[in-house]
Amino acid sequence: MFLIGFLYLASQSVKKIIEINPYMLGTMAGGAADCQFWHRNLGIKCRLHELANKRRISVSGASKLLANMLYSYRGMGLSVGTMIAGWDETGPGLYYVDNEGGRLKGDRFSVGSGSPYAYGVLDSGYKFDMSVEEASELARRSIYHATFRDGASGGVASVYHVGPNGWTKLSGDDVGELHYHYYPVPPAIAEQVMEEAAAE
Amino acid sequence: MECVFGLVGKGFAIVAADTSAVHSILLHKNNEDKIMLLDSHKLVAASGEPGDRVQFTEYVQKNVSLYKFRNGIPLTTAAAANFTRGELATALRKNPYSVNILMAGYDEESGASLYYIDYIATLHKVDKGAFGYGSYFSLSTMDRHYREDMSVEEAIELVDKCILEIRSRLVVAPPNFVIKIVDKDGARDYAWRQSVQDVTTAAV
Repeated sequence: MFLIGFLYLASQSVKKIIEINPYMLGTMAGGAADCQFWHRNLGIKCRLHELANKRRISVSGASKLLANMLYSYRGMGLSVGTMIAGWDETGPGLYYVDNEGGRLKGDRFSVGSGSPYAYGVLDSGYKFDMSVEEASELARRSIYHATFRDGASGGVASVYHVGPNGWTKLSGDDVGELHYHYYPVPPAIAEQVMEEAAAE
Repeated sequence: MECVFGLVGKGFAIVAADTSAVHSILLHKNNEDKIMLLDSHKLVAASGEPGDRVQFTEYVQKNVSLYKFRNGIPLTTAAAANFTRGELATALRKNPYSVNILMAGYDEESGASLYYIDYIATLHKVDKGAFGYGSYFSLSTMDRHYREDMSVEEAIELVDKCILEIRSRLVVAPPNFVIKIVDKDGARDYAWRQSVQDVTTAAV
């Protein structure tokens, strides 16, 4: 589970990406129930903010709401490792929020059990001015490599793009299929020999 | 692993903190600013658990602002430090905050001052102080080279000596540090010392 820079979200097997509103996404790592519940709760608060203030909430504000809520439950066993990604007046925003109440603003993060593996691929390929296609491929690749090594990661690698007009889903590939896409199995020599014999 | 240290000079106080945001073996961020401007003439360098650090220091910051709005004059550094210690002490036996704080400030009447406040609500007014594993290296370095009424340049030299020592001797040493200063002209960024720069920009 990781989030790349300013535009993309990746890795979903059981809807690990929660659509808070049309221009903000949240990722899920840790306890699924906790993440789903608190993201839904965050979505409610964001909507209430819009109604009360007649403008969209900023990504900074949304992540702070979530961080404050999780902080008030610290020590009670919540398990939430999430990234809030969105677009507001200041441009793209990405925040990492966890159940300890930590909140970090950054350009790229990786969260979850497979996160160190994903960081390895993500960091070596990252450039701030990457194109959409490059970043999307880097995201997909990082997820694939994390699922390859980490037993607790797997399923489907989803890639979302977050732009000024909101988010769009770019792709959702099964990581098993990605494996053979990146590392195709060459035909065995024995089979080739047998083919040639049959043709003669 | 978090290193925070500071010292008082002639008419100013300097604090330095590492800028790593760490979770177990992962370094999530290497440009996290851990020194907060409490008000125009106060700095708070905090180290501790991620949620506690931000939440508690922001709580103190907002209460300091509230005092200023209610009473028309800002708190002195001593008063802010005592308030902070009081809050830590009240929470200690119920829901303690795991935050260590170095509070630096400048007051017209009493000049520059530095307060050492640890997570169990110890409060000391000091000339130099440090927290974290880095303190094992920076405290002795500061003890050796510190003099009363140092100039800014001399103080920065000493800070750089400490940073160098931490980088070379601490096993998982933080690569980057931020240095902030407070004097009669207010609290502000002084410099960043970065040995590992991210591909993107500076403080995010």
